[in-house]
Amino acid sequence: MLAKRIIPCLDVKDGRTVKGINFVNLRDAGDPVELGKAYSEQGADELVFLDIAATHEGRKTFTDMVSRVAAAISIPFTVGGGIHELADVARLLEAGADKVSLNSAAIRNPQLVNEIASHFGSQVCVAAIDARCDADGWYCYVNGGRIRVERTLFDWAREVADRGAGEILFTSMDHDGVKQGFPNEALARLSDELSIPVIASGGAGAKEHFADAFRLGHADAALAASVFHFGEIKIPELKQYLHNEGICVRL
Amino acid sequence: MKVAVVKYNAGNICSVINALHRIGVEPVVTDDPAVLAAADRVIFPGQGEASNTMAYLRQSGLDAVIRNLKQPVLGICIGQQLLCAHSEEGDTPCLGVFGSKVQRFPVSCAEGRVKIPQIGWNTIEQLKTPLFQGLKEGDFVYFVHSFYVPDCAEAVARTTYGGVTYASALRCGNFYATQFHPEKSGDVGLRILHNFIHLCHD
Repeated sequence: MLAKRIIPCLDVKDGRTVKGINFVNLRDAGDPVELGKAYSEQGADELVFLDIAATHEGRKTFTDMVSRVAAAISIPFTVGGGIHELADVARLLEAGADKVSLNSAAIRNPQLVNEIASHFGSQVCVAAIDARCDADGWYCYVNGGRIRVERTLFDWAREVADRGAGEILFTSMDHDGVKQGFPNEALARLSDELSIPVIASGGAGAKEHFADAFRLGHADAALAASVFHFGEIKIPELKQYLHNEGICVRL
Repeated sequence: MKVAVVKYNAGNICSVINALHRIGVEPVVTDDPAVLAAADRVIFPGQGEASNTMAYLRQSGLDAVIRNLKQPVLGICIGQQLLCAHSEEGDTPCLGVFGSKVQRFPVSCAEGRVKIPQIGWNTIEQLKTPLFQGLKEGDFVYFVHSFYVPDCAEAVARTTYGGVTYASALRCGNFYATQFHPEKSGDVGLRILHNFIHLCHD
């Protein structure tokens, strides 16, 4: 049976992870390689690293880091941030990434999704969507959630799926960072309407929230950052809990 | 021990090389028939589309080279599918090392809509051959695929998805193949690669 995936996400700037990370037994908690290995050993099903650097030099450092992380882990590895054209994707895949996630760039240049799918295959392309439930419905936002675009979440998700995205990574801006759970109703609608996997992102504060995202939100995977980084939820305990709840996970 | 990885137009093989490094193997990546024929082990990896990759193999003459290999060969993902007789993807005649015909997952099953591709960790069962030595029934490995090999006599592992129990690994003589990606399947996958490298072969 296909397992539900648990995915930690790390923000990286200039080759270092940004948020304080609270792992024991780490020589260097800011080192993405050490953290990637630690999460892999804890049973993470996949890793996502997002480059939040804005400079050319930062991008180069990120690519070097991707090579080092890829050499150290043997689980799927997704990277995002700073991807604007096919050459960016080629560079990251050559460095050892398995997938790339696209956010604002896909909305600005939807054809990029088609190009990635036809050059490298749909499995490489994760379409990340930030959306908010406004008074007139769920709308997409770009630039780190600052600018609303006149695309509804559901229309845009269907379009990127049709263009060849392999997975949808959906973050609700209302839920992200609030730790009150995932937007299960919207998730379920996305998951039921689309024929590609949906990753829930943003909102996890307790183990129960993950179970809800899978059972109520029909999510195929759930991604979180701070609850893992600060050790508030430990991946082995979370997976054991989900298993006890009758949810299929890789133990 | 010389390990060769077949170089052709199928996706990125970086992760296969990284995984081999992790088990202490330094592979040579090549499309040179002489180097492939002389290797102790050959890995035929990749991600891609069947008709394009087969067309490339035929044009380059690699089709006959691969078919005639005598040492242990491991096909991975599209590598497994290309070793079969035919693929529904692009209605493509393939290498014919295995007798199977590759099919697309059904769009729906008794449990409802089937998400395609299958992406993620699924279990392997009914494990046969030394390739899986040290593994447990129901161990998880990582899959990404839309097409599958139906269950058959050459199956040495089985997996269920979309209401279908299919052959997630095959063996025929010196040819082995997995639909899943051992190079992305954590310690279980590294063990499979290790087993392949250390197969007894005469």
